[in-house]
Amino acid sequence: MVDPATAFLQGSVPEGSAPEHSLRHAPGPYFGSYGGRWMPESLIAALDEIEETFEKAKIDPEFLAQIAELNKNYSGRPSLLTEAKRFSEHAGGARIFLKREDLNHTGSHKINNVLGQALLAKRMGKTRIIAETGAGQHGVASATAAALLGLECVVYMGAEDCRRQALNVARMQLLGATVVPVTNGSQTLKDAINDALRDWVANVENTHYVLGTVSGAHPFPAMVRFFHEVIGEEARGQIIDQIGRLPDAVCACIGGGSNAIGLFHGFLDDAAVKIYGFEAAGDGVETGRHAATITLGRPGVLHGARSYLMQDEDGQTIESHSISAGLDYPGVGPEHAYLADLGRVSYEAITDVEAMDAFKLLCRTEGIIPAIESSHALAGALKIGQRLTADAEKPEDVVIIVNLSGRGDKDVQTAADWFGLLDEDGNVKGTMLSTRSAKGAAHGAGVEHEKAQGEKAQGQEAMDINAEDASNE
Amino acid sequence: MSESTSGPDAPVTYISKSQAAIERAKAAGRKALIAYLPAGFPDKQTSIDAAIAVARNGADIIEIGIPYSDPVMDGSVIQAATTQALDNGFHVGDVFDVVAAITAETDAAVLVMTYWNPVMRMGVDEFSRRLAEAGGAGLITPDLIPDEASEWFAASDKYGLDRVFLVAPSSTPERVAKTVAATRGFVYAVSIMGVTGARSSVSSAAEAVVAAAHDAGAANVCVGLGVSRPEHVREIAAYADGVIVGTALVAALRDGGVPAVGALAKELSSGFDTPSTPVKENATS
Repeated sequence: MVDPATAFLQGSVPEGSAPEHSLRHAPGPYFGSYGGRWMPESLIAALDEIEETFEKAKIDPEFLAQIAELNKNYSGRPSLLTEAKRFSEHAGGARIFLKREDLNHTGSHKINNVLGQALLAKRMGKTRIIAETGAGQHGVASATAAALLGLECVVYMGAEDCRRQALNVARMQLLGATVVPVTNGSQTLKDAINDALRDWVANVENTHYVLGTVSGAHPFPAMVRFFHEVIGEEARGQIIDQIGRLPDAVCACIGGGSNAIGLFHGFLDDAAVKIYGFEAAGDGVETGRHAATITLGRPGVLHGARSYLMQDEDGQTIESHSISAGLDYPGVGPEHAYLADLGRVSYEAITDVEAMDAFKLLCRTEGIIPAIESSHALAGALKIGQRLTADAEKPEDVVIIVNLSGRGDKDVQTAADWFGLLDEDGNVKGTMLSTRSAKGAAHGAGVEHEKAQGEKAQGQEAMDINAEDASNE
Repeated sequence: MSESTSGPDAPVTYISKSQAAIERAKAAGRKALIAYLPAGFPDKQTSIDAAIAVARNGADIIEIGIPYSDPVMDGSVIQAATTQALDNGFHVGDVFDVVAAITAETDAAVLVMTYWNPVMRMGVDEFSRRLAEAGGAGLITPDLIPDEASEWFAASDKYGLDRVFLVAPSSTPERVAKTVAATRGFVYAVSIMGVTGARSSVSSAAEAVVAAAHDAGAANVCVGLGVSRPEHVREIAAYADGVIVGTALVAALRDGGVPAVGALAKELSSGFDTPSTPVKENATS
């Protein structure tokens, strides 16, 4: 029931089998044939520095105490494990428990990783952090950590995502971060990562790149997982407390895969626990408009790691599609590629329609508005519940944990639009769902930042949050 | 490790085309001019014509870039050019036609500069075979480090191709040594911590990077990133074995077509004319 940091402080060895037989603690740089460092030489020294700092920090009682303290008194951990009784009725009667990462400070699991990395940035003497963001959750979390620890923060966000998640753009600015809208390529997460890497290579001396998922070059996949392991550790202890045994299955959504690997970590060595990851099928995997990287991709290298990748015959990255900005990424963390090949985790794809149905169902049955990303895991859990209860004598004996990785406040506008609650001007038609002024206000903020931007790899000294153009020509 | 013409551990007698081009330039009393242009920009035939024009106006080595969807080491000019090439229907297989057309018309050594995923997708061996067949000299690999390059070592040995790896101002002495040992042809010294793009002056870091690579045993070290003017060429020629120009040529091609890019190559190579090239540097050989 304690996270690894706390366990360490209490002098207890984390439970589980011997490390050499364990899937839980894969150290990188390689996960089977995946992972590695497919990066420009210019950044190798920085990656070495991060690796060295991280390897020292993760066994340093002082660092672990800092993490444990922030997790408890800042993020609000441990997050709850809530049984979703009415929602469960739609899952063949299986009992579904929600790991409530939505209740963390900043509204998602992302805070676990950024606090860890921001502390490491300080240890390395960096004064500036940069981040990419898709849905905005990682950007908001990074801006939050930067404010808390007194670091400068620049967030790269695809211009298309700025439109979809305008409220989070404003949120980051309120927290003192500079948001740079990225107009290259598909203007989504992968392009934001490209621009963040360009910034990093130019400013690596004073800048740490807080990568937001278990992707990228070593040590990022292993390091980001480490900071999220608390999710699985807590969930494992909580379910044992509540029902006296392990669950039959755990479910999470997969974009890059950080919330998923955090939850899976707690159960990877428990062979009896089935593990499911749900990718975004967008309009449907047969349409080509999706983000189902493991389901349909093939191995390649992108952003520093070898993993499954959505690519064409020429090795060009294919643009992904999903209603969820956070899952709209054509790659996936290398450890997931490895777990998929091993068959330890089953990866399946969930369409926009299925995810939004589950979104609505959770709202109506549990009074919880989930992030659209997490709604993919909820939709998956409904399917798994029906599958696992099909030949169970007592359906209620089937227990499933779903990682509710984030809350849906940021998605209210998208959801209101999806469910036909808005009129042609984007105003709420009725009074059933009150989004108040979010649409107009948020849209305005986004528009301000949709200016074309030039090359900004040189970095920017002036960090005026009101600057209209954060880029540097 | 050594100063031999074929790099370390070369299995058979093997003449590096790019090294030979650098030696030819030195024999003529100057250093090598290395010109980057993307394949398929603004279209396939024009990219061929531009490369030929550049070779006829002083470039000893041509680097042909493969347009890629995620060019993280490139600045806005090259990004825009390669994006346009992709939008115009460029396919990776086209690069072999471009290389073959240039080698048929000029004496320049032709290297392909590519991000690694397109090579991996085609298959490293298959890509290498086709490149050798087209008369290509080898590959420059901006996002492939020797640590991950075992497949490429095998294929480049099999087909007699140069493997140009990069060293950067941030590279530790250990990494410089490792990279120099892995390299065949020349070592690409990144002048600055940043992405491609013309800059008003060349970083002073470049000279130290070149010295480190020479000290580690590199026979030839060429400097790229930020080079755009004849005076940059002159400055770099004083301490390096070759000068690499990219963005400035791409911008010239974009704005003035083949004549403009040829004229710029000529102007850049005039940077070698002034005999201010010092005597101090012992550039091996």
